[in-house]
Amino acid sequence: MKNEWPLWEIFIRGQHGMSHRHVGSLHAPDAEMAIKNARDVYTRRNEGVSIWVVEANHIAASSPSDKGPLYEPSESKVYRHPTFFDIPEEVGAM
Amino acid sequence: MYAQMIKSEATQDDPEKLAAFQARIDAGEKIEPKDWMPEGYRKTLIRQIGQHAHSEIVGQLPEGNWITRAPTLERKAILLAKVQDEAGHGLYLYCAAETLGVSRDEITEMLLDGRMKYSSIFNYPTLNWADIGAVGWLVDGAAIMNQVPLQRTSFGPYSRAMIRICKEESFHQRQGYDAIRQMAEGTPEQKKMAQDALNRLWYPSLMMFGPSDKDSVHSAQSMAWKIKMNTNDELRQKFVDQTVPQAEYLGLTIPDPDLKWNDERGHYDYTDPDWSEFFDVIKGNGPCNVDRLAARNKAWDDGAWVRDGLLAHAKKKAARQHAAE
Ligand SMILES: [Fe+2]
Ligand SMILES: [Fe+2]
Repeated sequence: MKNEWPLWEIFIRGQHGMSHRHVGSLHAPDAEMAIKNARDVYTRRNEGVSIWVVEANHIAASSPSDKGPLYEPSESKVYRHPTFFDIPEEVGAM
Repeated sequence: MYAQMIKSEATQDDPEKLAAFQARIDAGEKIEPKDWMPEGYRKTLIRQIGQHAHSEIVGQLPEGNWITRAPTLERKAILLAKVQDEAGHGLYLYCAAETLGVSRDEITEMLLDGRMKYSSIFNYPTLNWADIGAVGWLVDGAAIMNQVPLQRTSFGPYSRAMIRICKEESFHQRQGYDAIRQMAEGTPEQKKMAQDALNRLWYPSLMMFGPSDKDSVHSAQSMAWKIKMNTNDELRQKFVDQTVPQAEYLGLTIPDPDLKWNDERGHYDYTDPDWSEFFDVIKGNGPCNVDRLAARNKAWDDGAWVRDGLLAHAKKKAARQHAAE
């Protein structure tokens, strides 16, 4: 039986108040080591100020075959975008 | 290049699905791990990304060889950072390969027992400090030629790994050029060392791109799938055209008496490397093949107790936590 370290997905928050962003993955025996490894692998050039690690098999993902039912309904709802509406110039910035 | 002579795998999939897949690629869409993909695409990519990853890892050996003997503390710190980056590159790429359904241990073992290859260039030795400069300048320079277009490859995880890697590569090439420039502008003995390094590493660097593949069916398939973006000859020519003026600036001579600018083509004409040497190195008969594989095997074997110990500790800790809850 193989004793492979589990896979962790790594999320990093950059300097400028942005959300944590997925940057890649790595193997580690536990969360503590995953954070240490993530520091070495993904922040060698000041890429971040905060690290999240999540064991990959704890992530639930939508399936590619659900693309249609999940995302198509929003395609027809163009009025959700501000550019849908014509605002008279006289009214000023809005 | 870090992946050489990748054979594309034949694919026996439903023609309708294949056509739809090709249409996605032609439209510039990225293929993600859970999307449907032809078996051949998956297998070819595992081989290509795996070989690329192995090259990053084995490539640490010739440079690591000089970390403790760098001429100054600053050069040592720079080289250490460079070699550490290469470890990172290997890790990004292994993770990309793993999304295709091969495990890290499996792919590592395929390197260790010789089923998978790494780039021919890393079977050449680094004999002195000038070689370290030449490696950064020429070897990383050649790798960049291939890695920049691969940022646009069709497979999402591979493309993202390439984008990260390319951000770091230009430091690698510049530090190498800077190191060899200092020698080329140094004492006559130092300049001689710089010239000698160029003499030895020029043709092995040209070999990195692999033999001409303009008539190869494998290459045509890989290019249709956008996992190969240019022919080997295109990239090699680009590398020569870029490198010649850099050598001229250093006052060094490319070891090719027939090298000359061709006005009509708008490129340098150059002599092809000796491909029989290339095939011999690939077969395992280069100067350092045995050492490189032995070093990787030793690192893997010596590290086994650490990997097992840390995992046992993590399991014990988790069980204790579970019991306390
Ligand atoms: Fe690299
Ligand atoms: Fe590099």
